[in-house]
Amino acid sequence: MSNTRPVTLKRVMNNLPVGVGLYLVIVGVIVWVAYTGAQQMGYNWQWYQIPKYIYTFTDDGFQPGEILHGLWATIVLSAASFALATVLGLGIALLRLSGLVVGTGVAIGYLEFIRNIPLLVLLYLFYYVLGPVFGFDRWTAAVLTLGVFHSALISEIFRAGINSVAQGQWEAAASIGMSRGQAYRYIILPQSVRFMIPPLFGEVVHLIKSSAIVSVIAVAELTTVGRNIISDTYMSFEIWFTIAAVYLALTLVLSFGVSAIERRFQPAT
Amino acid sequence: MTRKPIIVAKKIDKFFGDFQALTDISLEVHQGERVVICGPSGSGKSTLIRCFNGLENHDAGTLQVDDIELYADAPQIRQLRQDVGMVFQQFNLFPHLTILENLTIGPMKVRNLSRKQAEETARKYLERVRIPEQADKRPAQLSGGQQQRVAIARALCMEPRVMLFDEPTSSLDPEMIGEVLDVMVELAETGMTMVVVTHEMGFARKVADTMVFMEAGKIVEVSPPETFFTNPKSARARLFLDQILEH
Repeated sequence: MSNTRPVTLKRVMNNLPVGVGLYLVIVGVIVWVAYTGAQQMGYNWQWYQIPKYIYTFTDDGFQPGEILHGLWATIVLSAASFALATVLGLGIALLRLSGLVVGTGVAIGYLEFIRNIPLLVLLYLFYYVLGPVFGFDRWTAAVLTLGVFHSALISEIFRAGINSVAQGQWEAAASIGMSRGQAYRYIILPQSVRFMIPPLFGEVVHLIKSSAIVSVIAVAELTTVGRNIISDTYMSFEIWFTIAAVYLALTLVLSFGVSAIERRFQPAT
Repeated sequence: MTRKPIIVAKKIDKFFGDFQALTDISLEVHQGERVVICGPSGSGKSTLIRCFNGLENHDAGTLQVDDIELYADAPQIRQLRQDVGMVFQQFNLFPHLTILENLTIGPMKVRNLSRKQAEETARKYLERVRIPEQADKRPAQLSGGQQQRVAIARALCMEPRVMLFDEPTSSLDPEMIGEVLDVMVELAETGMTMVVVTHEMGFARKVADTMVFMEAGKIVEVSPPETFFTNPKSARARLFLDQILEH
């Protein structure tokens, strides 16, 4: 049966060797364009300089370089912002679902405000306006900006997750005398988690990427480190390729983690 | 009847938007009494029984359950729900918990019993509904009939004084209806006060003290089963019985 099927373009393209070959050709073209472009500019490649910015070995053993320090700062910044965003997001989602006119109004106002101003402007608001007023530093401004910005998106994830639990579950919880809070804690949230985990991790990846923007207020994270090295060495091609690769590695590791977690949460029906 | 009334409804009205779901409902349910409510779909049976534990709020009239006056957001409503068990058409078991946990979570979190006490009670009632061996499974692993028996046990674990059944067998495959009704008949024999919305007339004949026939949001007839099944007072009830009993 299978050998009588016509050879279609789709079948050829889905063939594994053809796929891998195409992939290699595309990557090759990109590298070639970058390389020849740089050659034409007379760019002086100095890849041998890069490893020392990542790590060095001295008599004291392994020493992380500036890029690894920057990576760690990005991870800490993202983790702190994500924690803040999760708490705020859950609060906003619960307010929105509270059924109180005031609660819903506050939540919608917050969401519309946050979602409709650019992240960069929000960062400037926190750093140049609220920072001096309340006396917090650039690190705090960065965490607040990212936390607040992503809380809007995360609250929608929570809301969708909570709404995806059947109404009958609320009624069953109420009928055994549970309060609304108990119903959330023991019945509703545990069931919504599996709807929320995949998009939440997507949001972590999104947050890590948008954390690069705080380099404009010189918070010493990965992108800032890259800019600093370039201003010392003028190796912009090598450094930006390297920084991009580091971000890519970080988010890819997370994505694999997400797939594993999704599988873990899938069978719970 | 000299026994104490547990549910006293007086002139209840209920609206969903412009639609009047209940009109001028007055009904008393006494301690130990088994009331079966029947009637065509959309007649307000489910709405009425859901009012009895505050899942719906009536818009006019008064409703007392277990000496507590019910109204929207009444502060005693949680207390009341602990004493009024409810079994739903769709079972509504908690899918993320095991069978045993479904039964213990109410007593532990709401009644503040210890895990040990709660599990003892739970196993007793699982025995009573004849599925003690399923304690560690999840609801999705059980058949519909088994799930509904678990739901009955879950309500009983709160040691309620009244049990409400909202079409408990309507979403079951025919071969599973019997096992659920058997459990309900046994429960009736223990003297539990029960209000049952159902189309199972065989069950009604067997356990009901009082038959309530509803149509279009009104109570048309309240009779003892002997009268209701052989010689209904209202023509409408007679027609309804003919329709569902002729098969």
